[in-house]
Formats: sequence, C-alpha cells, structure tokens
Amino acid sequence: MNLAGFFAHNSSQILQATGEHIWLCGISMILAVAIGVPLGILVARRPWTSKPILGSANIAETIPSLALFGFLLPLPWLGARGDRIAIAALTLYALLPIIRNTAAGITSVDAAVREAARGMGMTEGQILRRVEMPLALPTILAGIRVATVWTIGIATIAAAVGAGGLGEYIFRGLAMVNNDVILAGAIPAAALAIVADILLGLLERRMRPERRSSRHRAAPPAAGAGIAAGVVLLAIFAATGLAGCGGEGKDTIVVGSKNFPEQALLGEILAQEIEARTHLHVERKFYLAGTFICQQAMLAGRIDTYVEYTGTALTAILKDPIEQNPQAVFEKVQQQYQQRFHLTVLPSLGFNNTFAIVIRGQDARRLNLRTISQAAKYTPKWIAGFGYEFVGRPDGYAGLVKTYGLKFAGPPKILDLGLLYRALLDHEVDLVAGNSTDGLLSARDLTVLQDDKHYFPPYQAVPIVRDQTLVRHPQVRAAIEALAGKISDAQMQKMNYEVIGQHRDISQVAREFLRASGLG
Amino acid sequence: MIEFRGVHYRAPTGNAVLDHFDLRIETGETMVLLGRSGAGKTTALKLINRLLEPTAGEVRVENRGTGEWDAIALRRHIGYVIQETGLFPHYTVEQNVSVTPRLESWPRPRTQQRAQELLALVGLDPGAFLGRYPHELSGGQRQRVGLARALAADPPILLMDEPFGALDPLTRMEVRREFQQLQTRLRKTVVIVTHDVGEAVELGTRIALMEAGELRSVHAAKEFLRSNEPIAAAYVAQIRALAPAGAEGSDGAARLGNPGRSQS
Repeated sequence: MNLAGFFAHNSSQILQATGEHIWLCGISMILAVAIGVPLGILVARRPWTSKPILGSANIAETIPSLALFGFLLPLPWLGARGDRIAIAALTLYALLPIIRNTAAGITSVDAAVREAARGMGMTEGQILRRVEMPLALPTILAGIRVATVWTIGIATIAAAVGAGGLGEYIFRGLAMVNNDVILAGAIPAAALAIVADILLGLLERRMRPERRSSRHRAAPPAAGAGIAAGVVLLAIFAATGLAGCGGEGKDTIVVGSKNFPEQALLGEILAQEIEARTHLHVERKFYLAGTFICQQAMLAGRIDTYVEYTGTALTAILKDPIEQNPQAVFEKVQQQYQQRFHLTVLPSLGFNNTFAIVIRGQDARRLNLRTISQAAKYTPKWIAGFGYEFVGRPDGYAGLVKTYGLKFAGPPKILDLGLLYRALLDHEVDLVAGNSTDGLLSARDLTVLQDDKHYFPPYQAVPIVRDQTLVRHPQVRAAIEALAGKISDAQMQKMNYEVIGQHRDISQVAREFLRASGLG
Repeated sequence: MIEFRGVHYRAPTGNAVLDHFDLRIETGETMVLLGRSGAGKTTALKLINRLLEPTAGEVRVENRGTGEWDAIALRRHIGYVIQETGLFPHYTVEQNVSVTPRLESWPRPRTQQRAQELLALVGLDPGAFLGRYPHELSGGQRQRVGLARALAADPPILLMDEPFGALDPLTRMEVRREFQQLQTRLRKTVVIVTHDVGEAVELGTRIALMEAGELRSVHAAKEFLRSNEPIAAAYVAQIRALAPAGAEGSDGAARLGNPGRSQS
C-alpha cells in the first residue's frame, strides 16, 4: 500500500491520534504557562531566585525524555496513567523557555519607562499589568512558541508510556519495519509543529510595540517554520534510540539488545561469555528500541551480535507466514538470514519466549478459564492491553483475534511492555499479551491462558552474529555456542524476576547464572 | 512648598550621595538644581516624589514629610518628566497622556477632553497626534508629550530631570521657550535638574548650585551671572567663553546667545 493510500485508509485513526497529540501538548502548554510565567515574574523581581529556579528548569531540560518518563513511572498518582506521565514530563520541558523569556522580557523593559511609571504613581501591580507584561508579551510569546514546537516533537516519544498521540504510529512503524506507518505519525506531527510555529509567530509579531502603528502596516509573512520540522525529525531520531556509531575498533565486539530486561540479560550473558573465552573487548549497546532497530544496527555494523527469537525473525524480519514447527522455523531463519543478510544464526539458547495471553488469576479461577478459546466468551466485556510490537506484527493481535474469534469491549490499549502487568493488576485492562518468560508470571497471581489452537509460532532465543565478525574473530562462535541449550524457560523466568521484581543488577544475575551453569 | 531638612542619602552601595542637604522651594517658583554629573541632583529630585527615601533628615512636601504621605498619592500629586521621557511604547499618545487621569478614575469624557487640551497646551495638533505611537514621534514631540502627560492631572508640583537634554540644540531652545511661556501661565512649583547653565538662567527663579552631594549656594537667577561666589563665577566664565562675541545685552538670557530669545 502506498503512503497516500495508507493515509486515506486510516484517516479517522490518524485524526484521532492527532487530536490526542494536540490534547497532550495543549494541556502541557497551559500548565507550563500557568507555572512558568509567574516563576519568570518572580525571577525578574527577585534576582536571587534566578539561580535556583532557572537552574532547576535547566536540569529538567537536560534529562533525556525517555529517562524522564521512566523517573515519573513509579510516582503514585502520576505514574498510574500514560497521559499523566506525558503531560508532567512535557510541562517540565516547556518550563525553561517560558520562565527564561518571561524574566528576560520583564527585565528588558526600558528603565526610563519603569521609572516614569513609578513616578506617575502606579502601584507595583499596576506597573506589572499595564506596563511590564504588555511590553514583555512578545518575548514571552517567543518563549511559548519555542516551547510549543519542542513539546509537539517530544510528545511523539510519550507513546512509549502509553500516552497515545502520533508517536504511537512512529513506534509501531519502527517495530513493524513499515515506513508508511512511521510517516503516518511523523508527517502530521511535523505539520502540527509548523502550523503552531506560524500561528504563534504571527501573534508574537502583532504584539511587538514597534509593529503597532496608527497607519496599520501589514505584518510580514512568518518564517522559520523549518526549525519546527527539524525538531520533529530530531524527536523521531530520539524515539528510535539510535545511539550513533559503535566503536569500530579491531578487537572490539559490540553486543546489542532490544529494550526490555530479558534482552539486556541475554546480551549481558553473551558479553560475559565472550569476555571470558576470548581476549576481545566487549562493548554493550543495550535497550535498542525494538526488532527493527536491532536488525538495522546489525546490517549497518553498529552491533555485531544480539539475541533474536526465531518466530520474530520469521515473521517480522523475513515477512514469511507463521509456522508452528520449531525446527522448521529455525532452519528456515538460519538459511534465509545467511543468504539475504550475511548473518549467522547460532543454535538456540534453549528457552522459548512465546507470547503469553495473561489474565488475572482471580478471573481465571472465578470463570474457570484455562485456554484462550474458553476466554473468548468473556472478552467482549474486557479491555485488552498490548505492546506496540504485538499490535503491529503479523503474528500478533490481528491473527490472534481471527484465530480465536475474540471481541473486546473497546480498542486495545497500547502500553509499554513494562506497564502491561501493572495495568492488568490495577484492573485498568483485563487481558494482556505478555511473554512466557516474564518473571512476574510466577511471582504474582497471574494466569497464562494456553494457546490451545497453537496460534503463536515458536520463539526460540537464538544468538545472531554478523558473518564479517565471525571471519575476523572466529573464537566468538565457540564462545557463543557454549551457551547453546543452557537456558530453560524456568531459568529465564527466574532471572527476569530477579532483575525486574527484585531490582538486581543485570551483570550480577548474568554472572551468577554463568557460574552456576559451569560457564563464564 | 518643598523643603529639604538636613537630608542625607546613602546609596545601597554605601556611598554618600547627599550630605547635609537643606533647601526650601517656595510655591510657584522654579528651582533649578545645577551641577555636574554625580553632584546628587537627580537623587534630590527623586527624594521629593519618594522614589528614594532619605537615610537621615526629612523631605517635606506641602508641610508633610514624604514618609507621612502615601507614596502613590504623593506621586500622583507631582508631575514627573525625565530626559528619556519614559513614554509607554505600547500606548498611543492619547493613552500615554491619559494614564494618570485613568489611574485616578476620571470619567471617560473628561479624560478625553483633557487629552485634547493637553496636546494643545504643549503645541501639538490633537487631531494629528492623539492616535500616534511614541516611535512615530520626533524627539521634540516626544518631550512635549512627556510634559503633557506629567501635567495631565494638573499637579501643583512638577519635577523635571534634564527634560531637554536629549534634544538637538534648536529643538531644545524651542521646547524650552514654550515651557517657559507655559509656566508663566500655570504657576506650578517646578524643580528642574540640569547641568546646562543657560537653561538654568533662562528657566529658573532661583538656582541651587550643587557639588559632590552638597548644596554650595543658592542664587536668584537674575543675580547668578553677577555672583562673586567662586563656583558660580566659574560656571559663568564657562558660558561667557562659549557665547558668541557681541551678543551681550542687558537681558541675562540674551547674553547666553539664545537666538529664540533675542529674536522674540
């Protein structure tokens, strides 16, 4: 399907996402103005407050957006909903330019004008309202304009915490390896930023005193909307989490992973094993944003190896139909990767991380549910929660619904993987698609429904290595192959729980595993 | 009547700006504070409308210490004109001259009528100028609007801080002459700060000579040119040197080479 066709076909959803995006940005900007302008006035009035206030706003600005979203996640009320987290983070980001410009606008009011106002018997409040604020307004608006354009860009990343908006398309597109879907988010976001920039620019120009005239000159057309587009592009790159070029040092191996703890654990296990068995320096590039990014990083040589799942490789990368036989899938992936990408697929680490359809244990007992087929009767009253990948992938949501004839009470909520179980336990959703190795499955009252129609293909964990890397460093193959078959489902669940549930250090958990398995 | 009684003023930096300052300004007279930059003239002026408050001593306005006045009421009672005019750039001429009447909640028709009167008073055509913004005015026009604004609520006292300093010499002469004519009609109590001896002699009833934060001497303007007091004499010598030869006459101001005056 071409891009225009995709837009036409999905216009109502794209419009809805655009609406969500405007809502997120609008609320954030209203809050930022309501907080930032009074703070700016305070800074202008009491110069000693400048350092603490502008300093804090500056620090907030330097926190990378994904990290800031992460910090807000565990907060009691804020962290409960994606849009609250997004609005809090966006408001924080928007504060600095607003505070700074308000203070600058007020302090730059001509001293003679201020003195005249005082000398004429205006009170401090009257000076602020009638003289300083009107004269500072163009500068304040310039700050609001910068903050708005910035906010529209950063808001695309808010999709990572389930806030909705246009970023959802960008994330889904990245996961699905589909440019049309990425552009369905990126183009409206860029357009929004440009429109906001032009409108606020016009308003700002109208407010400038030197533009006011008894002869009503026309304001020149707005310029500089290109900056807005640039910011959105920047935000898209930030969202992809692409961390530049890796060290191309001759004796360096770069191990990558996707952006969830199990992947980081597997990356760490690979890294430690390579470190133990070779003299190579290992660089870790973990938490790359999804399958597509890892694949791109492999092809571009930014990483040398990472662990992929056979089912994912088959359907998301090779775009082949789903198959159920694990051995057949493995062989097909191995052969195709070799032929098409010059990537070597090494033997499975042992466990199978398939999708797991999970409900609350209490629901399972009350309704006596054990399989997905049995649950189909109740799902019309339920809300489902899925990650981006699951919604977009051919072996994900669409096929699941078709295979089991599932209907839900509404469209599925798109949530970050880390939030799925929390949303389920909080009764925000009633059914989620998790992974069979998730640590919480054994630690909490959760029930995995059996895939009784064998819809989900096998997802065996296989290390993938670039051919070039194996040619240059043949000893890497032996190091990784030593791990073949060493990690069972239960072991993976346990390690995941240690990392997620008990907040243990990934490298330590990996080291203990390797030692217990007689490796490392 | 304005009276300085043993006034000291120390700047926040600790430097004494005014020391032992005693001066009485009678109702209806024009007192010129003359001196170099840094002599404390502007400080003395700002003590009158309480933009500054004395460190010691007292400034009395109409027999009340400025500290007893409500600062806002005091300032609305006193017109204030500064060199840069301080016109509000986002207001039209009409809005600028209507600021004090509106702060005092005058009825709208009266405010509008007053704006017309004021512009006519300072020699600007109300029809042409009321709707303009400050950046559309020349320096002399701006200074006239500044004066009109200060006079808006008909204050009995007018403070002027180098009011003609930013103007070119010809415009300065012109605005100065107009102000003098205006003052003979309005009879305000006026305090003018200047470092221009010619201006002091032309506009002042009396001249207070200031140096380094202290009052040196007070002269009737007419006697200033004949004074034997050393500093006054030094000032006069200075203007004599600058004045064109043969311009001397019986009128003090004419001897300063004021073409506006000698031609009238």
